[in-house]
Amino acid sequence: MQIKADQQLDCKGLACPMPIVKTKKAMNEVEDGQILEVQATDKGSIADLKAWSESVGHQYLGTIQEDGVLLHYIRKSSHDTGEEKTFEKTITNDEVIDRVSKGGIILDVREEAEYAFGHIEGSKSIPMGELENRLDELNKDQEIYVICRTGTRSDLAARKLSDKGFTKVYNVLPGMASWQGKISRING
Amino acid sequence: MTINKMTAAQVARKVIEKQPLFILDVRNTDAYEDWKIEGQNFEYLNIPYFELLDGVDEILPKLPSNQDVLVVCAKEGSSKMIAEMLSDAGRDVFYLEGGMKSWSSYLEPIKVGDLTGGGELYQFVRLGKGCLSYMVISEGEAAVIDAVRFTDIFTNFAKEKNAEIKYVFDTHLHADHISGGRHIAEATGATYYLPPKDADEVVFEYMPLEDDVTVKVGASQIEVGALYSPGHTIGSTSFIVDSKYLLTGDILFIDSIGRPDLAGLAEDWVGDLRETLYHRYRELAEDLIVLPAHFMIIQELNEDGTVAKRLGDLFAQNHGLNIESEEEFRHTVTDNLPPQPNAYQQIRQVNMGKVTPDQDEQIEMEIGPNRCAVR
Repeated sequence: MQIKADQQLDCKGLACPMPIVKTKKAMNEVEDGQILEVQATDKGSIADLKAWSESVGHQYLGTIQEDGVLLHYIRKSSHDTGEEKTFEKTITNDEVIDRVSKGGIILDVREEAEYAFGHIEGSKSIPMGELENRLDELNKDQEIYVICRTGTRSDLAARKLSDKGFTKVYNVLPGMASWQGKISRING
Repeated sequence: MTINKMTAAQVARKVIEKQPLFILDVRNTDAYEDWKIEGQNFEYLNIPYFELLDGVDEILPKLPSNQDVLVVCAKEGSSKMIAEMLSDAGRDVFYLEGGMKSWSSYLEPIKVGDLTGGGELYQFVRLGKGCLSYMVISEGEAAVIDAVRFTDIFTNFAKEKNAEIKYVFDTHLHADHISGGRHIAEATGATYYLPPKDADEVVFEYMPLEDDVTVKVGASQIEVGALYSPGHTIGSTSFIVDSKYLLTGDILFIDSIGRPDLAGLAEDWVGDLRETLYHRYRELAEDLIVLPAHFMIIQELNEDGTVAKRLGDLFAQNHGLNIESEEEFRHTVTDNLPPQPNAYQQIRQVNMGKVTPDQDEQIEMEIGPNRCAVR
């Protein structure tokens, strides 16, 4: 499966420390919230990229292996936790499975790569940036439970849906970052 | 300022001679906490290299100027980069050639003692992993016991000593490191012995190593005799060399005893372990010098770097030999066991000959401490 990234960085054949040195530089060119795919062959890069990402506050999403090449996915920190959430209709993580079993869908508005490395089974993926152009994939008569990592992007998405005439929209809080239930993910 | 490299052999001398050394370990914190270069007079600072990419100024005050500073990483690249940055900042430092990878594979051969008729017994101390291998040499012949996977070290050492390797033994099917035994035997034409009870699933030819099997090395007939001593594995066998040394494999260590769970049968084998340690070994001469297949902590090294102690002293001092109640013994060796060694199940498969990983995969499997004991 192809995972979508905003930028790619070729570190194949490079030994430690170069994958991290180059990733650090490349990350400066990536916009907040965007995904960088790092292609590497050094096995040590898995643990190091993860630890480095955590130390500088980026979101390490995961790694898959393709034809002997490690593909690491990192999302640039977007500091999106602090902003105020204004969409009024909300439900909690704990409620959503029960609610959706009675009808409606869970709409995950995180980036595709974030979704690939861990999402609620059966949820639909439309990244926030694509929502406007993909509204026709959604049904106005259905309940739509919008979720993201921390509730900020889903707040924005819920407001956008509401503006477009969707009435049965809820923001799921606190979001995937503290999701305790089952998740599905791409094979790593 | 200059940057210099330090070899694993040089670090080994510092460990054995208890010299001071300041180690700046730039690996991940997890990797460092799991496993590092141990020395009794070593000091440490662990900061991952990726936290120093913007500069090393913040750590300069933490580095001593009156002793050697060694920068260490997994494979060398990052330690070299950090050493260069420190050098640019005006500090003289070393980096470890080949990183932890070479430390894990370095063996220091140390003579344990003389044998009857001019023979010699050597212990190969793998400081980075705590593995101990042995070579008995007598008048042009040699026997190797519990060889680790660096077969050249043993074959070259025998060559230097003008000895032909005639016998190769593994005290048991190892789970913490990849054995070199079978490959040494193949390369030299020696006979390879393995306990049949550990060898159910092995896919190669071997001679059964059973109770009372003896071989004689060299013209002066140094005797290497097998003593069935199950408990770490069901086949675990000890050796008595020249009526003087007791090679205990992973059954009895200097400051701990073998764990019975690595082949998955702790409950079944705890009784065997107790029988071996509390009865079979008790019948042996207390003046035998115990030579185990591992050490766990650096304090177990003697002044000359060997790991060896009188059996009688172990009966007096080793906690694992002094648990009176069987119930408490059972509890000690089956509950609260330390984490199992890295990739131990895969390593067993390799030692059975079922899988043949490449060099890099072998290194990967053996990363980390050995963890074969319970204290």
